[in-house]
Amino acid sequence: MATETHEATSHAADAAASAPGMPQLDFSNWGNQIFWLLVTLVVIYFVLSRIALPRIANVLAERQGTITNDIAAAEQLKAKAADAEDAYNKALADARAEAQRIVAEAKAEIQADLDAATAKADAEIAAKAAESEKAIAEIRAGALESVKVVAADTAAEIVSALGGQADDGTVVAAIDTRMKG
Amino acid sequence: MASEAHGAEEGGLVFHPMDQFIIKPLFGGDEIGLFTVTNATLWMALAVLGIIVMMVIGTRSRAIVPSRSQSVAELAYGFIYKMVEDVAGKDAVKFFPYIMTLFMFIVFANFLGLIPMSFTTTSHFAVTVVLALLVFLTVTIVGFVKNGMGFLGLFWVSSAPLALRPILAIIELISYFVRPVSHSIRLAGNVMAGHAVIKVFAGFAAIAVVSPVSVVAITAMYGLEVLVSFIQAYVFTILTCVYLKDALHPSH
Repeated sequence: MATETHEATSHAADAAASAPGMPQLDFSNWGNQIFWLLVTLVVIYFVLSRIALPRIANVLAERQGTITNDIAAAEQLKAKAADAEDAYNKALADARAEAQRIVAEAKAEIQADLDAATAKADAEIAAKAAESEKAIAEIRAGALESVKVVAADTAAEIVSALGGQADDGTVVAAIDTRMKG
Repeated sequence: MASEAHGAEEGGLVFHPMDQFIIKPLFGGDEIGLFTVTNATLWMALAVLGIIVMMVIGTRSRAIVPSRSQSVAELAYGFIYKMVEDVAGKDAVKFFPYIMTLFMFIVFANFLGLIPMSFTTTSHFAVTVVLALLVFLTVTIVGFVKNGMGFLGLFWVSSAPLALRPILAIIELISYFVRPVSHSIRLAGNVMAGHAVIKVFAGFAAIAVVSPVSVVAITAMYGLEVLVSFIQAYVFTILTCVYLKDALHPSH
């Protein structure tokens, strides 16, 4: 109850202290507010325009610059990569062409060697064949002679066995005639 | 309980929704002279401090990849810069620090005012009238300096029929001079009304039966006030930009 009475009295005091209407319309303290407001605004203005805003502007510009640079660098690297790929493809194509050329060359060389070897072999074979033919002919001639000798001998023997008198010249002539026939 | 009984005694609840706006000297005494440090001074100083923390200390690292606090400062910068550029035009960019000052002060004063038991400097007409008059004077002076007498073309609507132009000129002239009034009362009125309504609901909270409703209402109003705090700062700033555009390009 004591508090209640106290409050009642303090309320009366409050009613006097609290503005009857809007404290906003109490013009006696406008000068004070306006003074401090102007101080506040000037301080904020200087802090912002001298320190904060240029700093943020710098940071933003720097970031923009960095981004632009990075994009340019990336572009450059991309171009480099494309160049490298082109060079690689070109080298690959060159190597392939070179390989084909070497293969063709080797083929031609082998062909030439082969042709030469074939020709040489042919020639050798021809020479050998001719030699063999000659040998055969010789052998044949030798054999014919031997046959003649054997025939003459045999004929003479036969003639003498039959009791005839064989003349060598006659026998040979007779054999020659027979063999020719 | 005591206040309830007391209220019943007087035949109703007693509210002092406007007491929160009373300006008191901070260090004793009753007289408020021009340089007396008052609660208004304290909360203005806190606004300055808040701005310094956000815009200067927050950006001290100057990082290319911003920290959280730096992002906030950059966001505020980009928000107002873009507004000035888009609304008032590219040549208004040199007024950007000035507009940024207004915006930052109003936004900080509004939000600091939402702290319980705090004092809202922007709820006082003395403050908003000065802010609005500063804008009005700046715009008028810039208009005449930039365009000379051509600035009066703002009131002479050349696209209207000739007969209507004098009437329109009077209307335009009146609306031009009403600008600082609406500009200032809009801000202080919104802030003050919200705070007073919260206080009224707080008074109802003394009655046990309605106090849950009252607490919910206070919460809802508080949410609304958070929006209003930002929106009124935004509106004040964008109107400044619009007026500035008139000064720089008075032709309609």
